Amino acid sequence: MPTTALRGVQRPGKNPNPSAAPDPRTPATHRTTHKVTGIRVLRSEWAKFWSLRSSWITLCVAVFLLIVFGAVASYTYSPDAVATAGPPGPGSSGDSDAVGLALTGVTFASLAIGVLGVLLSAGEYSTGMIRSTLAAVPRRLPVLWSKAAVIGPIALILTTVGAVAAFQLGTPGLDGEKIALSLGDDGVLRSLAGAGVYLGLVAVFGVALGVLLRSSAGAIAALVGVLLILPGLASLLPDSWYDTLSPYFPSNAGSAIYALHESSDALSPGAGLAVFAGWVALTLAGAAFRLVRTDV
Amino acid sequence: MIEARELTKRYGDKTVVDNLSFTVKPGEVTGFLGPNGAGKSTTMRMIVGLDSPTKGSVTVNGRSYAKHAAPLHEIGTLLEAKSVHPGRSAFHHLMALAYTHGIPRRRVDEVIELAGLTSVAGKRVGAFSLGMGQRLGIASALLGDPAIVMLDEPVNGLDPEGVLWVRNLLRGLADEGRAVMLSSHLMSETALIADHLVIVGRGRLLADTTVEDFTREAGGGVKVSTTEPMRLRSLLAGPEVTISSSSAEELLVAGRDAREIGAIAAQHGVPLYELTPQAVSLEAAFMDLTRDVVEYQSAPADTVRKAA
Repeated sequence: MPTTALRGVQRPGKNPNPSAAPDPRTPATHRTTHKVTGIRVLRSEWAKFWSLRSSWITLCVAVFLLIVFGAVASYTYSPDAVATAGPPGPGSSGDSDAVGLALTGVTFASLAIGVLGVLLSAGEYSTGMIRSTLAAVPRRLPVLWSKAAVIGPIALILTTVGAVAAFQLGTPGLDGEKIALSLGDDGVLRSLAGAGVYLGLVAVFGVALGVLLRSSAGAIAALVGVLLILPGLASLLPDSWYDTLSPYFPSNAGSAIYALHESSDALSPGAGLAVFAGWVALTLAGAAFRLVRTDV
Repeated sequence: MIEARELTKRYGDKTVVDNLSFTVKPGEVTGFLGPNGAGKSTTMRMIVGLDSPTKGSVTVNGRSYAKHAAPLHEIGTLLEAKSVHPGRSAFHHLMALAYTHGIPRRRVDEVIELAGLTSVAGKRVGAFSLGMGQRLGIASALLGDPAIVMLDEPVNGLDPEGVLWVRNLLRGLADEGRAVMLSSHLMSETALIADHLVIVGRGRLLADTTVEDFTREAGGGVKVSTTEPMRLRSLLAGPEVTISSSSAEELLVAGRDAREIGAIAAQHGVPLYELTPQAVSLEAAFMDLTRDVVEYQSAPADTVRKAA
C-alpha cells in the first residue's frame, strides 16, 4: 500500500470531525441482563468440556481401563498364585478379595482421569484459550471452581458405573472361588463407590495441578510423580518414618477410600477420604492463589 | 472509554511499559502504534486485566476491568488470534464465551455471519488459516456488543478483502459511537483507519495526536517549478506557509495545497511547468519518530553486505 499524502483525501465514510459526531449513548452499557454469574461460568465450562474430542476420548479410556483390567483380573484369578505372590504392599487393598480384583484398573484409570483434569486446565494455557476465558471472567476464581465442579462429578459418576460394571463382569470369573462376592454383600457397593469418589477427586487434583503449573507436560509429570512414584521413593525413608507417614501419602490415603477391608497399616475409608481430599484442597488452594496473583 | 494513567509494567529490571497515559474516546478509532516490542500488547493485556500493572492504573468505562459485572459488554478484545483451543469448533468456542454472560445463541450466529465464518463455523479452529483465526478473534470481540472494541494487530494475516472488511467494520463501529482501539506497527495502514494516534516506543509515549496533525507535521508539501520563482514566492507567502527552493526554478511549498498554488499562479499570470504534491511518507515520519526507541534494530543493508 503506497503511502501518500492524506491531506485532502477523503477517506470513505470517515467523519472529518470526530468530536462532533459521537452518539453519547454507548450501545452496550445499559444491558445489565447479561451478567457473569457463577452458574453461567459453570454452564460455559460444561460446554467447553463436552465440545472437545479429547475429553470424550480420555474419559472413555479411563472407564475402559477400569472395566477391562477389573474383569480380566477376576477371570485370571487363581488362589495359588496369590499365595506365592508375597505379602501385599502397604496400603494396598489386598489382592485377595473380589472387590480388590474388580478395582485392579483404578491405578491406570486414575492416570487417565488425572490427565483429563490436566487437559481441562493446563490445556487452556498451552493453547492460549485461557486469555479468552479470563477476559470473559476477569474475576478468575469462578473458572477454577467451575472446572473442578464440572469434571469432579462427571468422573465420579462414570467411574462408579465403570467400577460396578467391572465387578459385575468379573463376578462370573470368580464363580466357585472362596473369595467370590456379590454386589449386595457388605461393603461392596461402598468400596466400588469409593473408587468413583477417589477418581472424581483425582480429576479435580489434575485440574488443580494444571492451573498451578500451567503446563500440560509439567502437570502430568507431577500427577504421575505424586500418584505412582512418590510411594516407591518414600520407601527409601527410615522404616519408622515410613510406617508413620506412608498412610498419609495421597495415593495410599486414596486407596484406603475404596479398600474393602481396612488393613492395619492403612487409614480407614473415612480418614483416607479426608486425607486425600485434604491434599486435593491444598493443591486447589495453591492453584487459586497462582491464578489470582500472577499474570496470564 | 479507556483511560490509562501512568501505566507502568516491569519484568525484573526491564521496563516494558513506562508511565504511559492516554485516552481512547468513544466515536473515534484510536490507532495504537509502535515498533515491535514497544509494549503495545502488554498495555492491551493490562487493559483487560490479564496482566496487572506494576504502577499506575487503567480503567474501562470508568472502572477497572475486573469490577464490571458484564465485561464482554464493556470491551471486546482480540489479543492474539490464537487465544482459542484448536480442538474446538469456532461455533463452540463462541458459545463457551457466550455462556459466561448468558448471551443467546442468536447473537453467536450473528457474529459468525458478520465475520464471514458461516461455512466454517463447525470446523475445528486448529484447521483455520491465520486470516480465519483473525476473523474468529474479531467475531469473539464483537460477541458482547461491546461499547469498546480493542484489537491487537487485527489485519495481520488478512487478505486485501479482509483488510478492507476490517477497515469498514471499525469505521462503522466508531460511527455508531463506540470507542475503537487497534494496535499496529504499520503507520500507513493505521492512518487509513484511525482518527487518533497514540504512538509508543520502548513503552513510552512518543506522540498523542490526530492523524491529520501527524500528517501535517510530517511535512511533504508541493513541488512547484516556475520561470518566476521570486515572484511566486512572494505571492504564496503567508503566516503558515514555508517555502524552500532546491534549484533556481523550483520551490517546495508547505502549507498550501496544489490547487491553491495553481489558482494563485493563474490569477497573477505566473507560468508553471510543474505542480506536484509530494508524497508524504507517513511511514518515514513514523520511523523518524521511533528510530531511537526501536527494540530490535536491524543493521543497515550495506553493513550486512560488508559483513558477509
